[in-house]
Amino acid sequence: MVRMFTVLVCACTLVAMGCGGSGSGEGGSQTSGAGSEIIIDGSSTVAPVSVAVSEEFSIAHRGVRVPVGTSGTGGGFKKFVQGETDINDASRPIKESEIELCKENGIEFLELTVAIDGLTVVVNSENDFCKDLTVEELKKIWEPESKITKWNEVRSDFPEEIIKLFAPDTDSGTFAYFTEVVCGEEGASRSDYQQSADDNFLVTGVSGDKYALGYFGYAYYIENEGALGAVAIADNGGEPVSPNPETIEDGTYTPLSRPLFLYVNKAKLKDATMVEFLQFYLSDEGKDLVKESGYVPLSDKQYEEQRAKLEAAVAEVSGE
Amino acid sequence: MSGPEQPTSTPKLRASGKKDSWFFAFICWLATWSSVVVLIVLLGAVTYQAVGWLDWQFLTSFDSRRPEKAGILSGILGTLWLIGLTSLFSVPIGIGAAIYLEEYAPDTFLTRIIRTNLANLAGVPSIVYGILGLTAFVRMFGLFGQEGYLSRALGVSIEGFFWSDHYNGYLIPLPFGRVVMAGAMTLTLLILPVIIIASQEALRAVPPSIRHASLALGATRWQTIWFQVLPASIPGIMTGVILSISRAIGETAPLVMLGAMTFVYFAPGDVDSLGYLAEHPEGLVKAPFDTFTAIPIQIFNWVRQAKAEFKNVAAAGIVVLLFILLLLNAVAVYLRYRSSRHLHW
Repeated sequence: MVRMFTVLVCACTLVAMGCGGSGSGEGGSQTSGAGSEIIIDGSSTVAPVSVAVSEEFSIAHRGVRVPVGTSGTGGGFKKFVQGETDINDASRPIKESEIELCKENGIEFLELTVAIDGLTVVVNSENDFCKDLTVEELKKIWEPESKITKWNEVRSDFPEEIIKLFAPDTDSGTFAYFTEVVCGEEGASRSDYQQSADDNFLVTGVSGDKYALGYFGYAYYIENEGALGAVAIADNGGEPVSPNPETIEDGTYTPLSRPLFLYVNKAKLKDATMVEFLQFYLSDEGKDLVKESGYVPLSDKQYEEQRAKLEAAVAEVSGE
Repeated sequence: MSGPEQPTSTPKLRASGKKDSWFFAFICWLATWSSVVVLIVLLGAVTYQAVGWLDWQFLTSFDSRRPEKAGILSGILGTLWLIGLTSLFSVPIGIGAAIYLEEYAPDTFLTRIIRTNLANLAGVPSIVYGILGLTAFVRMFGLFGQEGYLSRALGVSIEGFFWSDHYNGYLIPLPFGRVVMAGAMTLTLLILPVIIIASQEALRAVPPSIRHASLALGATRWQTIWFQVLPASIPGIMTGVILSISRAIGETAPLVMLGAMTFVYFAPGDVDSLGYLAEHPEGLVKAPFDTFTAIPIQIFNWVRQAKAEFKNVAAAGIVVLLFILLLLNAVAVYLRYRSSRHLHW
């Protein structure tokens, strides 16, 4: 009987190895920097970019391992402040409380901006009345004490139909950013709406109901353009602006365009592979990967600034 | 007492009884077939979506941001390591505990508490085990490492055992971190109660006469258990093991809590072929202590991707998961059949 279990375990192991097969035959030929591991976790909004960069970097540098997790901006920071991860993807700036925890655990970090996202307010593609909204109207809909349930309460020429609201859950950086710029205080939001950490759930929800309204990252809008309509946003009496790569990059799509960050554990910058990875992230190839992921790259000037920031941090760490 | 009425009432009762019995049989039939139909529809839909996506390339490549290049290799290897280690820990410990509780343990207050709590533990949500695993196995209560309690108290920091230049790190790091071993130990805790309870039932089902006969013939207690009771209860124990391992394969929540990764472009320990293992045998030690992902996590991650094609990739992943599940079950069913063939009572 004991033999049976041994056989079972051996069989499993053999199957496990057999599966490898032609996957990557020359496992032995590793380049320099083999064994280095860069652990990334954090925002699911930033993850597509990090995954793309990780994939290309792993192909170019065999033996370097860059696993990416998606615990959400907040969940990722919980691990980052413990020193368990090397880079945290973040769709909002680090909070005071998280900086405190970093100090407590002796962790110094470097903040890099890697892309810009246009947080997109979306309606169903069949919605023919709501083409634009002002920030005040958004606030009226989403503020904590909001009593608005029907479209005509937002603007009188909208139909008298019930608004179905969809938005990311409270652990997401998207939620934190939206509530801060629209309602004036981070986390201040009504709570009687459909929440989900899964953006596809929100996409399905809005595309399935003619009178739905929701918000999420630009990438998810672009991938589902046929089923959704983007609402143009007017800030403080200005003209309504639709989200698109130009308006997001030049900042006219305001206040909902937001930077996406990487938070890097400075101690890890001593590792040459880590520096190389970040340089790759900020290179022209990295820029193309940002575009491919559905986000908007920084302007050339901003890229220069971020690269200079990285160089300075590397010099500081190696100078110690 | 009601003698005269009986002859008339009994046929009536029988008639209605027949109707009831037919109705009851129909309800049971419906219960069986409705679940079968749902299963067939689900399998059909998933397989339909997976057609064209489930190919050799899918099975032998790592994950990718491009749906047509995405593969499940790191998930398959992660899951097999995870389940292999989980079975290695949970089966001996579970059966051992069951044997002690059934065959040796005196009926004291303490053992009764243990027995009651086993049933309670089997009902604890899996995410709770994830939190436990995070503290106990991933972080090891903050005992190790440079900032750990041990290094503060003793002045020496233990960061791991067996340095490997090839991996540029310890083969066995301390604390474990977000590795296969931490996941396997957590899953072991998760399924142990079920294995123990099932094994207890199986041991209890062995007739006491077998034990008495064996003891009366002069066998020791150990011989009785090892050569009579255990072989007789193997089929029942195997059923419990199959059910719990199948549950462990599909678990996602505790692994996400532990910090299993969603995008992993390598195999645990880089062991992705026998050729690699021949060159670096230490990979076999490294693999259990390496970052990993598992099939359910990959599926979960693909479902939430923005690109619609990833839904097909996820479907292909589900088919692979089901296949592995069926394969392991088939092996277990065969073992159960082989062991029950020798029973002659």
